[in-house]
Amino acid sequence: MKVLVPVKRVVDYNVKVRVKADNSGVELANVKMSMNPFDEIAVEEAVRLKEAGTATEVVVVSIGPKQAQETIRTGLAMGGDRGILVEYDAETEPLAVAKLLKAIAAEENPDLVVLGKQAIDDDCSQTGQMLAQLLGWSQGTFASKVTPGDGTVDVTREIDGGLETIQLKMPAVVTADLRLNEPRYASLPNIMKAKKKEIAMKTPADYGVDMTPRLSTERVEEPPERQAGVMVESVSDLVAALKEKGAL
Amino acid sequence: MPTYRAPVKDMTFLLHDVLQIDRYSNLPGFAEATPDTVTAILDEAAKFCEGVLQPLNQSGDAEGCTRHDDGSVTTPTGFKAAYDRYVELGFGGLTQDPDYGGQGLPHVLGFAFEEMMISANMAFAMYPGLTAGAIACLSATGSDEQKRAYVPKMVEGTWTGTMNLTEPHCGTDLGMIRTKAEPQDDGSYKISGQKIYISAGEHDLSENIVHLVLAKLPDAPEGTRGISLFVVPKFILDDAGEPGERNAVSCGSIEHKMGIHGNATCVLNYDGAKGWLVGEPHKGLKAMFIMMNAARLGVGLQGIALSEVAYQNAADYARDRIQGRSLSGAKDPDAKADPIIVHPDVRRMLMDARAFNEGARAVALWGGLLVDLAEKAQSEEERQEADDLISLLTPVIKGVFTDRGFECATQAQQVFGGAGYIREYGMEQFVRDARIAMIYEGTNGVQALDLVGRKLAKDNGRAVRAYFKLVEDFCADHKDDAEMAEFTAPLQAALGDLQACTMWLMQNAMKAPDNAGAASTPYMHLMGLVVMGHMWAKMAKVALTRLDEGSGDMAFHENKLITARYFAKHMLPETGGLRAKVEAGADPVMALAADAF
Repeated sequence: MKVLVPVKRVVDYNVKVRVKADNSGVELANVKMSMNPFDEIAVEEAVRLKEAGTATEVVVVSIGPKQAQETIRTGLAMGGDRGILVEYDAETEPLAVAKLLKAIAAEENPDLVVLGKQAIDDDCSQTGQMLAQLLGWSQGTFASKVTPGDGTVDVTREIDGGLETIQLKMPAVVTADLRLNEPRYASLPNIMKAKKKEIAMKTPADYGVDMTPRLSTERVEEPPERQAGVMVESVSDLVAALKEKGAL
Repeated sequence: MPTYRAPVKDMTFLLHDVLQIDRYSNLPGFAEATPDTVTAILDEAAKFCEGVLQPLNQSGDAEGCTRHDDGSVTTPTGFKAAYDRYVELGFGGLTQDPDYGGQGLPHVLGFAFEEMMISANMAFAMYPGLTAGAIACLSATGSDEQKRAYVPKMVEGTWTGTMNLTEPHCGTDLGMIRTKAEPQDDGSYKISGQKIYISAGEHDLSENIVHLVLAKLPDAPEGTRGISLFVVPKFILDDAGEPGERNAVSCGSIEHKMGIHGNATCVLNYDGAKGWLVGEPHKGLKAMFIMMNAARLGVGLQGIALSEVAYQNAADYARDRIQGRSLSGAKDPDAKADPIIVHPDVRRMLMDARAFNEGARAVALWGGLLVDLAEKAQSEEERQEADDLISLLTPVIKGVFTDRGFECATQAQQVFGGAGYIREYGMEQFVRDARIAMIYEGTNGVQALDLVGRKLAKDNGRAVRAYFKLVEDFCADHKDDAEMAEFTAPLQAALGDLQACTMWLMQNAMKAPDNAGAASTPYMHLMGLVVMGHMWAKMAKVALTRLDEGSGDMAFHENKLITARYFAKHMLPETGGLRAKVEAGADPVMALAADAF
């Protein structure tokens, strides 16, 4: 069984994100970038499937700038076998990414595509769902447990009010939630081995996908600063104050 | 609870921009150390140190190590699991010889990793630290058979190492040791005696412990020329090379220490233990010095590492803690008080630590690079020069960086006010842990004597002259650079003080050795300021260049310049006072009669 793991290069979760001075977007220059944490969970799951003997090959794919090679290397150091980078410098939108992944899936014929449920930069949570729809495959989103069977895969999903377990026919798309696993630290020998693993360099044109954005960003602003509160003496003062503000 | 963020950005700045390690890509191990690989390694190392080791630092200190009735020792809760992870991640092999299972990466990278590990958990870091020292010693002086038997497992980390020098009646003066080694018919030796203060001497982390022990053969000459080195495994290796029969070395007790509670510092009793000679008879001290020199650099890193983590927590606290108002008017008028970071005196404490941390880190990593060059540079001349410089700098790195590291840790504690004295805040632990670094591996007084008595005069002063030339050349290269003047002028002045003191020692210490003794510590600190000043000027140059180009992280480089200025104006001028102390000679120090103290 082959597993394809798409990963996104995003601002590191520890970085305090700042808006660019011209309000055109978020400052990315000289900011520490890392693999999207949910994608890291996806890589971990794929590598565990390989270690369990279920998966035979784990291919790590990214769509992004040249530096996204480092993100792919991180996945290879965790245990991925090889990588594919579709080089694209501008902001990516889920639909274009899903189209590219569909084209890659057509070439690679994976049994399973595992990716993060969302990326922590734009928080879209759309790519996996769109990809499943474009491929016409089953999808198991927000997975907290993945158990492959014979030609099927059981996915436990985190939903409002509890857990839901569904069985998907393979090939399928699974998106990883936070509690699926705890990603490993890459070992030193594996970091060194990852340097020698192959990363195929591609462009969107190789797959005939038009990346033209369908959305335009008008303006990006910091959330307004929280104003200091007012202390009230009693409950009746509180009620009066709330009425005054029109809250009651 | 204290936190720690590994200074990966500062480290990669030093490795690539300041030391430019890619210049050495023709040397073994350096070709692999490309910027992306270095970052990948330091990032993973940082995750491990921050996520696994740091959370065990305070609990390990509170719990300490336990000696059981059978002489076995357990490390604090969580240490064993963390150590297993360390082994599994293969960090022990970072700089080790690929023939023995290592990755063969440059020592300079190993120094960066070491600093992180110590900041996160010094007591833990000592277990692998001593193993690395023992590997260096065995690799340099052991027989091929000994290397094959012990080194691969130690590189892996499944076995650890120790160094056994001190005995109850002798520490600094090793010529007096009493531990005996009696030759046996099978070529082994029977080792008997007692060793104390043995870090990582007995514990539950590894399958075997490889003790390197100084002892005297029956025909040994008196003094340090009669000391031999032996390898004494906790479990004697069986025919398959696996740990077999338990050797007659046991932990008599664990020392009750001021700090580093998570490290088992043991009294080890050798009751006719089986050992094997390492290297030649009576040449043991020389062999052990290989381990000690590596260990002294490691201890220097402890000074930096504890100052760094203490500084980080003090800076966070100073930004959060509101108390009183700024002298120049309220900075946060809506709040009840301003954060204490508005106060110049709080800033002074933080800036002292920051300027020390970054300057000392630059020197230490340069030191790591010199270790690499001394070992691997292509020409004999380059190897010699690197070896000269690192020999000269070793007592400075050990002595100055642990003195100042401790001082910065107490200043960071001071920023916390009363809370700094309360255990839960974790600051007093940094102070307690940092204190030992000034004492072990040769007290800092011994380091100063090593510098003034041995290193300066060695080869007719070849090393110190080469160092002066390095700094003079740097100043000369930038003499027309107006932007650099604020860094090179104070550096030149400090170098002048150092050169004058060196000259003074040459003229006054030969005939009256007490002059050298009295001057040694101020002289060592003077040299410490010059070497940091030199690296600060180099860092400032890189920062200025990047800012001119408008490339890279502007805020990072601007902050570098601000800190470089602080160092040049607030710390480097201390050389004047130190020079006065050196030139005062021994009289003011020695005048008081011993019984008047």
